Amino acid sequence: MYEDIVIGQRDELGAHTFTAEAIIAFAAKYDPQPFHISEEAGRNSHFGALVAAGWHTGGMWMRMRVEHARRVAAARAAKGLPVQQGGPSGGFKNMRWPKPVKAGDTVTYFSECTSKRPLASRPGWGIVFSLNTGVNQHGELVMSFDGSGFMPMAGAST
Amino acid sequence: MPDTAIPHPAFEDFVPGEITTYGRYEVTKEEIIAFATEFDPQPFHLDEEAGRASWLGGLAASGWHTSAILMRLNCDGFMVGSTSMGSSGLEEVQWLKPVHPGDVLTVRREILETRSSASRPEMGIVRCRFELVNQKGEAVLVQTNPIFFGRRSAEVA
Repeated sequence: MYEDIVIGQRDELGAHTFTAEAIIAFAAKYDPQPFHISEEAGRNSHFGALVAAGWHTGGMWMRMRVEHARRVAAARAAKGLPVQQGGPSGGFKNMRWPKPVKAGDTVTYFSECTSKRPLASRPGWGIVFSLNTGVNQHGELVMSFDGSGFMPMAGAST
Repeated sequence: MPDTAIPHPAFEDFVPGEITTYGRYEVTKEEIIAFATEFDPQPFHLDEEAGRASWLGGLAASGWHTSAILMRLNCDGFMVGSTSMGSSGLEEVQWLKPVHPGDVLTVRREILETRSSASRPEMGIVRCRFELVNQKGEAVLVQTNPIFFGRRSAEVA
Protein backbone atom coordinates (compact mmCIF):
# COMPACT_ATOMS: atom_id res chain seq x y z
CA MET A 1 0.00 0.00 0.00
CA TYR A 2 1.21 3.53 -0.85
CA GLU A 3 1.61 4.60 2.79
CA ASP A 4 3.84 1.60 3.55
CA ILE A 5 6.36 2.37 0.83
CA VAL A 6 9.57 3.66 2.42
CA ILE A 7 11.86 5.79 0.25
CA GLY A 8 15.31 4.20 0.17
CA GLN A 9 14.08 0.74 1.16
CA ARG A 10 15.62 -1.95 -1.05
CA ASP A 11 13.77 -5.27 -1.27
CA GLU A 12 15.26 -8.52 -2.50
CA LEU A 13 12.44 -9.87 -4.65
CA GLY A 14 13.70 -13.37 -5.40
CA ALA A 15 16.02 -15.33 -7.68
CA HIS A 16 15.51 -17.25 -10.91
CA THR A 17 17.74 -19.67 -12.86
CA PHE A 18 17.51 -19.37 -16.65
CA THR A 19 17.66 -22.73 -18.43
CA ALA A 20 18.64 -23.12 -22.10
CA GLU A 21 15.17 -24.57 -22.78
CA ALA A 22 13.36 -21.56 -21.29
CA ILE A 23 15.70 -19.06 -23.03
CA ILE A 24 15.01 -20.69 -26.40
CA ALA A 25 11.24 -21.06 -25.80
CA PHE A 26 10.84 -17.37 -24.92
CA ALA A 27 12.99 -16.15 -27.80
CA ALA A 28 11.30 -18.41 -30.35
CA LYS A 29 8.08 -16.56 -29.56
CA TYR A 30 9.26 -13.00 -28.98
CA ASP A 31 12.89 -12.40 -30.03
CA PRO A 32 14.07 -14.97 -32.60
CA GLN A 33 17.55 -13.56 -33.15
CA PRO A 34 20.06 -16.41 -33.71
CA PHE A 35 22.00 -15.90 -30.43
CA HIS A 36 18.74 -16.25 -28.43
CA ILE A 37 17.43 -19.44 -30.09
CA SER A 38 20.49 -21.60 -30.83
CA GLU A 39 23.42 -22.73 -28.65
CA GLU A 40 25.63 -22.91 -31.71
CA ALA A 41 24.65 -19.51 -33.12
CA GLY A 42 25.23 -18.09 -29.62
CA ARG A 43 28.76 -19.53 -29.49
CA ASN A 44 29.52 -17.99 -32.89
CA SER A 45 28.06 -14.59 -31.97
CA HIS A 46 29.72 -11.64 -30.21
CA PHE A 47 28.16 -12.96 -26.97
CA GLY A 48 30.06 -16.26 -27.23
CA ALA A 49 27.10 -18.23 -25.81
CA LEU A 50 23.33 -18.68 -25.95
CA VAL A 51 21.93 -15.64 -24.10
CA ALA A 52 18.47 -14.75 -22.82
CA ALA A 53 16.40 -12.09 -24.62
CA GLY A 54 16.41 -8.80 -22.73
CA TRP A 55 12.63 -8.95 -22.39
CA HIS A 56 12.95 -12.42 -20.85
CA THR A 57 15.30 -11.05 -18.18
CA GLY A 58 12.98 -8.06 -17.68
CA GLY A 59 9.76 -10.08 -17.61
CA MET A 60 11.20 -12.30 -14.90
CA TRP A 61 11.80 -9.18 -12.76
CA MET A 62 8.03 -8.53 -12.98
CA ARG A 63 7.25 -12.11 -11.94
CA MET A 64 9.55 -11.79 -8.92
CA ARG A 65 8.00 -8.40 -8.09
CA VAL A 66 4.45 -9.84 -8.13
CA GLU A 67 5.45 -12.83 -6.00
CA HIS A 68 7.18 -10.55 -3.50
CA ALA A 69 4.07 -8.34 -3.26
CA ARG A 70 1.97 -11.46 -2.58
CA ARG A 71 4.24 -12.48 0.29
CA VAL A 72 4.04 -8.97 1.77
CA ALA A 73 0.23 -9.01 1.40
CA ALA A 74 -0.01 -12.43 3.08
CA ALA A 75 2.10 -11.17 6.00
CA ARG A 76 -0.18 -8.14 6.36
CA ALA A 77 -3.30 -10.29 6.24
CA ALA A 78 -1.83 -12.60 8.90
CA LYS A 79 -1.52 -9.55 11.20
CA GLY A 80 -5.11 -8.53 10.45
CA LEU A 81 -3.99 -5.48 8.41
CA PRO A 82 -5.88 -4.43 5.26
CA VAL A 83 -4.55 -5.63 1.89
CA GLN A 84 -5.08 -3.90 -1.48
CA GLN A 85 -4.21 -4.92 -4.99
CA GLY A 86 -1.58 -2.65 -6.60
CA GLY A 87 -2.33 -0.86 -9.86
CA PRO A 88 -0.76 -1.00 -13.31
CA SER A 89 2.35 0.81 -14.55
CA GLY A 90 2.67 3.45 -17.24
CA GLY A 91 6.13 2.32 -18.30
CA PHE A 92 9.77 2.82 -17.35
CA LYS A 93 12.98 4.61 -18.28
CA ASN A 94 16.66 3.82 -18.69
CA MET A 95 16.56 0.06 -19.21
CA ARG A 96 20.13 -1.30 -19.32
CA TRP A 97 21.35 -4.83 -19.97
CA PRO A 98 25.06 -4.39 -19.14
CA LYS A 99 25.91 -8.15 -19.19
CA PRO A 100 24.19 -11.00 -21.01
CA VAL A 101 22.27 -13.70 -19.08
CA LYS A 102 23.58 -17.12 -20.16
CA ALA A 103 22.00 -20.55 -19.77
CA GLY A 104 22.45 -21.72 -16.17
CA ASP A 105 22.82 -18.19 -14.77
CA THR A 106 20.87 -17.35 -11.62
CA VAL A 107 19.62 -13.77 -11.42
CA THR A 108 18.61 -12.22 -8.10
CA TYR A 109 16.23 -9.29 -8.49
CA PHE A 110 15.92 -6.15 -6.36
CA SER A 111 13.64 -3.11 -6.16
CA GLU A 112 14.43 0.10 -4.30
CA CYS A 113 11.92 2.92 -3.85
CA THR A 114 13.46 6.22 -4.99
CA SER A 115 10.47 8.57 -4.61
CA LYS A 116 6.67 8.71 -4.43
CA ARG A 117 3.88 11.26 -4.69
CA PRO A 118 0.08 11.35 -4.65
CA LEU A 119 -1.62 11.44 -8.07
CA ALA A 120 -3.43 14.70 -8.73
CA SER A 121 -5.55 13.08 -11.45
CA ARG A 122 -6.76 10.13 -9.35
CA PRO A 123 -7.58 10.88 -5.72
CA GLY A 124 -6.77 7.93 -3.46
CA TRP A 125 -3.85 6.80 -5.60
CA GLY A 126 -0.14 7.52 -5.66
CA ILE A 127 2.74 6.87 -8.02
CA VAL A 128 5.87 5.13 -6.75
CA PHE A 129 9.22 5.35 -8.54
CA SER A 130 11.86 2.65 -8.14
CA LEU A 131 15.35 1.58 -9.19
CA ASN A 132 15.17 -2.07 -10.21
CA THR A 133 18.08 -4.39 -10.76
CA GLY A 134 19.10 -7.97 -11.51
CA VAL A 135 22.46 -9.40 -10.39
CA ASN A 136 23.93 -12.73 -11.52
CA GLN A 137 25.65 -15.40 -9.39
CA HIS A 138 29.01 -13.63 -9.90
CA GLY A 139 27.64 -10.39 -8.45
CA GLU A 140 27.53 -8.71 -11.88
CA LEU A 141 24.70 -6.36 -12.80
CA VAL A 142 22.73 -7.85 -15.73
CA MET A 143 19.75 -5.48 -15.77
CA SER A 144 18.65 -2.16 -14.35
CA PHE A 145 15.78 0.24 -15.01
CA ASP A 146 13.89 3.14 -13.45
CA GLY A 147 10.36 1.88 -12.87
CA SER A 148 7.09 3.45 -11.84
CA GLY A 149 3.81 2.00 -10.66
CA PHE A 150 0.44 3.17 -9.37
CA MET A 151 -0.45 2.23 -5.80
CA PRO A 152 -3.71 2.68 -3.89
CA MET A 153 -3.72 4.69 -0.65
CA ALA A 154 -5.39 3.39 2.47
CA GLY A 155 -9.15 3.26 1.99
CA ALA A 156 -9.04 3.76 -1.78
CA SER A 157 -11.34 1.62 -3.91
CA THR A 158 -9.39 -0.50 -6.40
CA MET B 1 3.82 -8.29 -44.31
CA PRO B 2 6.67 -5.94 -43.48
CA ASP B 3 7.15 -3.28 -46.10
CA THR B 4 10.72 -2.46 -45.10
CA ALA B 5 12.20 -2.17 -48.57
CA ILE B 6 15.73 -3.36 -47.82
CA PRO B 7 15.98 -7.09 -46.93
CA HIS B 8 19.29 -7.01 -45.00
CA PRO B 9 19.69 -3.48 -43.72
CA ALA B 10 23.04 -2.13 -42.52
CA PHE B 11 23.85 1.16 -40.78
CA GLU B 12 23.98 3.08 -44.07
CA ASP B 13 20.38 2.13 -44.91
CA PHE B 14 18.78 4.10 -42.07
CA VAL B 15 17.81 7.68 -42.91
CA PRO B 16 17.01 10.20 -40.16
CA GLY B 17 13.38 11.32 -40.34
CA GLU B 18 12.28 8.21 -42.23
CA ILE B 19 8.97 6.73 -41.05
CA THR B 20 8.09 3.10 -41.85
CA THR B 21 5.12 0.95 -40.85
CA TYR B 22 5.18 -2.84 -40.76
CA GLY B 23 3.88 -5.98 -39.07
CA ARG B 24 0.54 -7.31 -37.87
CA TYR B 25 0.01 -9.10 -34.54
CA GLU B 26 -3.40 -10.23 -33.32
CA VAL B 27 -3.43 -10.58 -29.54
CA THR B 28 -5.51 -13.46 -28.17
CA LYS B 29 -6.98 -14.00 -24.70
CA GLU B 30 -5.09 -17.29 -24.43
CA GLU B 31 -1.74 -15.61 -25.14
CA ILE B 32 -2.44 -12.74 -22.70
CA ILE B 33 -3.17 -15.24 -19.91
CA ALA B 34 -0.25 -17.54 -20.82
CA PHE B 35 2.28 -14.68 -20.76
CA ALA B 36 0.86 -13.22 -17.54
CA THR B 37 0.86 -16.62 -15.82
CA GLU B 38 4.60 -16.90 -16.44
CA PHE B 39 5.72 -13.27 -16.04
CA ASP B 40 3.07 -10.98 -14.57
CA PRO B 41 0.39 -12.89 -12.64
CA GLN B 42 -1.63 -9.87 -11.50
CA PRO B 43 -5.43 -10.41 -11.52
CA PHE B 44 -6.19 -7.86 -14.30
CA HIS B 45 -3.84 -9.76 -16.66
CA LEU B 46 -5.36 -13.18 -15.84
CA ASP B 47 -9.08 -12.77 -15.37
CA GLU B 48 -11.84 -10.95 -17.29
CA GLU B 49 -13.77 -10.01 -14.18
CA ALA B 50 -10.71 -8.62 -12.37
CA GLY B 51 -9.78 -6.73 -15.55
CA ARG B 52 -13.20 -5.08 -15.74
CA ALA B 53 -12.96 -4.04 -12.09
CA SER B 54 -9.53 -2.42 -12.66
CA TRP B 55 -8.35 0.78 -14.39
CA LEU B 56 -7.71 -1.32 -17.49
CA GLY B 57 -11.44 -1.82 -18.16
CA GLY B 58 -11.13 -5.48 -19.11
CA LEU B 59 -8.64 -8.31 -19.36
CA ALA B 60 -5.47 -6.62 -20.63
CA ALA B 61 -1.99 -7.74 -21.64
CA SER B 62 0.95 -7.16 -19.32
CA GLY B 63 3.04 -4.20 -20.49
CA TRP B 64 6.01 -6.58 -20.59
CA HIS B 65 4.00 -8.73 -22.99
CA THR B 66 3.19 -5.74 -25.23
CA SER B 67 6.89 -4.85 -25.24
CA ALA B 68 7.82 -8.42 -26.19
CA ILE B 69 5.31 -8.25 -29.07
CA LEU B 70 7.02 -5.09 -30.37
CA MET B 71 10.34 -6.95 -30.18
CA ARG B 72 8.90 -9.80 -32.26
CA LEU B 73 7.48 -7.42 -34.88
CA ASN B 74 10.85 -5.64 -35.07
CA CYS B 75 12.67 -8.98 -35.48
CA ASP B 76 10.36 -9.96 -38.34
CA GLY B 77 10.22 -6.44 -39.78
CA PHE B 78 13.93 -5.65 -40.03
CA MET B 79 16.20 -6.98 -37.27
CA VAL B 80 16.63 -10.65 -38.24
CA GLY B 81 18.99 -10.76 -41.22
CA SER B 82 20.21 -7.21 -40.60
CA THR B 83 23.70 -6.25 -39.38
CA SER B 84 22.19 -5.55 -35.91
CA MET B 85 24.69 -5.90 -33.09
CA GLY B 86 22.09 -5.44 -30.38
CA SER B 87 21.30 -2.53 -28.12
CA SER B 88 22.77 -1.22 -24.89
CA GLY B 89 19.29 -0.60 -23.53
CA LEU B 90 16.17 1.53 -23.88
CA GLU B 91 15.73 5.20 -23.10
CA GLU B 92 12.02 5.02 -22.39
CA VAL B 93 9.01 2.74 -22.69
CA GLN B 94 5.49 4.15 -22.20
CA TRP B 95 2.51 1.82 -21.89
CA LEU B 96 -0.16 4.31 -22.93
CA LYS B 97 -3.31 2.24 -23.45
CA PRO B 98 -4.41 -1.25 -22.40
CA VAL B 99 -4.14 -4.05 -24.98
CA HIS B 100 -7.22 -6.30 -24.96
CA PRO B 101 -7.99 -9.68 -26.59
CA GLY B 102 -8.69 -9.27 -30.30
CA ASP B 103 -6.55 -6.12 -30.66
CA VAL B 104 -4.42 -6.07 -33.81
CA LEU B 105 -1.07 -4.28 -33.46
CA THR B 106 1.17 -2.70 -36.11
CA VAL B 107 4.54 -0.91 -35.75
CA ARG B 108 5.30 2.66 -36.82
CA ARG B 109 9.05 3.27 -36.72
CA GLU B 110 10.73 6.66 -36.96
CA ILE B 111 14.50 7.03 -37.36
CA LEU B 112 15.45 9.85 -34.98
CA GLU B 113 19.18 10.04 -35.73
CA THR B 114 22.15 8.06 -37.00
CA ARG B 115 25.70 8.57 -35.77
CA SER B 116 29.10 6.97 -36.04
CA SER B 117 30.80 5.29 -33.12
CA ALA B 118 34.17 6.87 -32.34
CA SER B 119 35.44 3.78 -30.54
CA ARG B 120 34.01 1.18 -32.95
CA PRO B 121 34.37 2.32 -36.58
CA GLU B 122 32.86 -0.93 -37.89
CA MET B 123 29.42 0.06 -36.61
CA GLY B 124 27.06 2.98 -36.17
CA ILE B 125 24.24 3.87 -33.82
CA VAL B 126 20.66 4.24 -35.07
CA ARG B 127 18.29 5.90 -32.60
CA CYS B 128 14.67 4.86 -33.16
CA ARG B 129 11.24 5.73 -31.87
CA PHE B 130 8.70 2.92 -32.12
CA GLU B 131 4.95 3.18 -31.74
CA LEU B 132 2.79 0.09 -31.43
CA VAL B 133 -0.57 1.10 -32.92
CA ASN B 134 -3.87 -0.76 -32.47
CA GLN B 135 -6.69 -1.29 -35.00
CA LYS B 136 -8.29 2.01 -33.89
CA GLY B 137 -5.12 3.93 -34.75
CA GLU B 138 -4.24 4.50 -31.08
CA ALA B 139 -0.62 4.23 -29.93
CA VAL B 140 -0.67 1.66 -27.10
CA LEU B 141 3.11 1.73 -26.56
CA VAL B 142 5.90 4.17 -27.38
CA GLN B 143 9.55 3.16 -27.06
CA THR B 144 12.76 5.07 -27.78
CA ASN B 145 16.09 3.28 -28.03
CA PRO B 146 19.41 3.09 -29.89
CA ILE B 147 20.36 0.01 -31.92
CA PHE B 148 23.91 -0.79 -33.08
CA PHE B 149 24.25 -1.76 -36.75
CA GLY B 150 27.33 -2.93 -38.61
CA ARG B 151 28.36 -0.83 -41.61
CA ARG B 152 28.02 -2.22 -45.10
CA SER B 153 31.55 -0.99 -45.84
CA ALA B 154 32.81 -3.06 -42.89
CA GLU B 155 31.17 -6.19 -44.37
CA VAL B 156 33.00 -5.65 -47.64
CA ALA B 157 36.33 -4.82 -46.02
